[in-house]
Amino acid sequence: MFRRLWADDLSATIFLDGRPVLCRPGDSVAAALLAAGVERFRTTPVSGADRMPYCMIGNCFDCLMEIDGQADRQACLVTVAEGMQVCSQFGTGSFGTL
Amino acid sequence: MTVARTNCELAIVGGGPAGLAAAALAAELGVETVLFDEQPTPGGQVYRNIEANSRRHDALRDILGGDYAKGLALAERFRRSGAGYEPLTAIWQVSAGGKLGVSQNGKAYLTKAGRVILATGAMERPFPIPGWTLPGVMGAGAAQTLMKASGIVPDRPTIIAGSGPLTYLVAFQLLTAGAPLHGIIDTSEKGLFETGLAALPLLSSFAGDLLKGLSWIVALGKARVPFFRGRNLAAEGVSRLEAVSFDSGGRRHRLPASLLLVHEGVVPNNQITASLRCRHVWDVGQTAWHPQTDKWGATSTELIAVAGDGAGIAGARSAVHRGRLAALDAACRLGRISRTERDERALPERRAVQRENRFRAFLNSAYHPTEAVRWLADDTIACRCEEVTAGELRALISEGFTDINQLKSFSRCGMGQCQGRMCAGTVARLMSDSLKSDIESVGYYRLRLPIKPLPVAQLAELGNADRDSRPLLPVVEGDPSQRI
Ligand SMILES: Cc1cc2nc3c(=O)[nH]c(=O)nc-3n(C[C@H](O)[C@H](O)[C@H](O)COP(=O)(O)OP(=O)(O)OC[C@H]3O[C@@H](n4cnc5c(N)ncnc54)[C@H](O)[C@@H]3O)c2cc1C
Ligand code: FES
Repeated sequence: MFRRLWADDLSATIFLDGRPVLCRPGDSVAAALLAAGVERFRTTPVSGADRMPYCMIGNCFDCLMEIDGQADRQACLVTVAEGMQVCSQFGTGSFGTL
Repeated sequence: MTVARTNCELAIVGGGPAGLAAAALAAELGVETVLFDEQPTPGGQVYRNIEANSRRHDALRDILGGDYAKGLALAERFRRSGAGYEPLTAIWQVSAGGKLGVSQNGKAYLTKAGRVILATGAMERPFPIPGWTLPGVMGAGAAQTLMKASGIVPDRPTIIAGSGPLTYLVAFQLLTAGAPLHGIIDTSEKGLFETGLAALPLLSSFAGDLLKGLSWIVALGKARVPFFRGRNLAAEGVSRLEAVSFDSGGRRHRLPASLLLVHEGVVPNNQITASLRCRHVWDVGQTAWHPQTDKWGATSTELIAVAGDGAGIAGARSAVHRGRLAALDAACRLGRISRTERDERALPERRAVQRENRFRAFLNSAYHPTEAVRWLADDTIACRCEEVTAGELRALISEGFTDINQLKSFSRCGMGQCQGRMCAGTVARLMSDSLKSDIESVGYYRLRLPIKPLPVAQLAELGNADRDSRPLLPVVEGDPSQRI
């Protein structure tokens, strides 16, 4: 659905559900995944519907994912880091979050 | 490893034009200032990633245009000012006593400030239409954020729908970037633009802005991007967006699309002031709540000021001046400058704010959010988190749920992760429509704290590290009888 205007700097790798995704250092996790063609970031706790980021600035919470073992991280506000482990979040996934 | 900051004279939340301008000026005046921002680099929504994009990527500079480039000077002045800067840092609570709950790098800590300026800016107005939760539907500003932050643009059939200047700006930017724009659906009401224009005083001093807008429309027309004036929009698809349908010219249209970008203007991001129960007012022109402020941005809560779009939408240029007014007032209250100096320095800033307000009044009337306000079908989801539909809410209201917080706890609408950011305005309007009462008496949600997800582990650590922190979470400060 998206492409990068330039792809000269894809020097970082994160893992989505175990699969490597190349990204540009400085990308948010959400941007890197959208550029890699990912459309389902999480499913909703109520109906299990798929969700993709809607706002990209931290307000809609549709980009919630489990990042480095922690659920409910807003992927649009987390910057990629080499080797980061990202998992799609199913349902609440909200263990340990207030 | 970052060291938690325990104290500062002035804390600023938000690194957009308002926060950057406020922090730079306050620090220049000798106030010990720290700016906290969720983003990795200065710029806010409008000037996101301005420093890196100015250094390289000519292509992107051309796409984003000259107005965007103006953000660099702001970021540079901020960097030179000596203000402290905490990027990638979320503020999850502010107390009326000036305590801030900070979350950074997986750690939570508390800091105490002598004064707080909230410069949390705006967000796109949620635009509830049938199917708006499907993957493939996003805000137009969200697509713009992808462009600015990472140079990422749509490459599948894309439709932009909505109202207001940002709709056309983003359409123009996407066109310049070579994205496959398959349609623009303008949802604004015919005639409002002309009415607004007639009411715009000193037309000539805004001619530049009007011409700029016109040039986008001309460019889109030349590129033969199909244009519709439409309403009753719906996003269609089973598990993702497949098509967009809408009424235009007396019939229903259906356009296949992979990406639908929606935009119905922006509204203040008032989550912190609402959680503080600062007094708020309903702005009829903007169809949104904003905190009530004096001419310096001070709220009804003693130590807290608001600057920029968070205090009411007035745009990026105004945000700079409103940031400086709040900084001058903070410097005065903190004893760095006299009242006379504050007032003198404020004059040019105030004039600039007044000028921008005139243009804003025109935009408000030309792009009143008709569609988003009036049309909410029963099967449309109002609350994205808990998937509550307008129909379910209407049914509960007719059963006698006439208090917005009662409706919230019963329907769970507004109880999800976004804590009402996406539905509060919609529900308030829906209630006032159904009850035929004004929106002020409907009020706003009482917010649950923290306003950002905070892992229990972080909170536990916080409790161990700082016993004083205990009262921070459960307390709702401010006057509880004061409905916002
Ligand atoms: C997505 C989007 C795109 C826009 N694009 C344009 C454009 O191209 N041109 C234009 O003229 N106007 C644009 N606008 C309107 C524009 O937002 C404003 O006019 C201008 O940015 C307002 O400046 P500000 O300083 O008030 O806030 P903003 O620029 O919105 O900055 C607010 C900052 O606060 C931070 N923040 C918010 N809450 C917290 C928290 N709890 N903890 C830590 N940090 C927090 C945010 O991350 C952000 O960096 C856009 C608006 C949006 C929502
Ligand atoms: S996309 Fe909306 S919060 Fe991240």
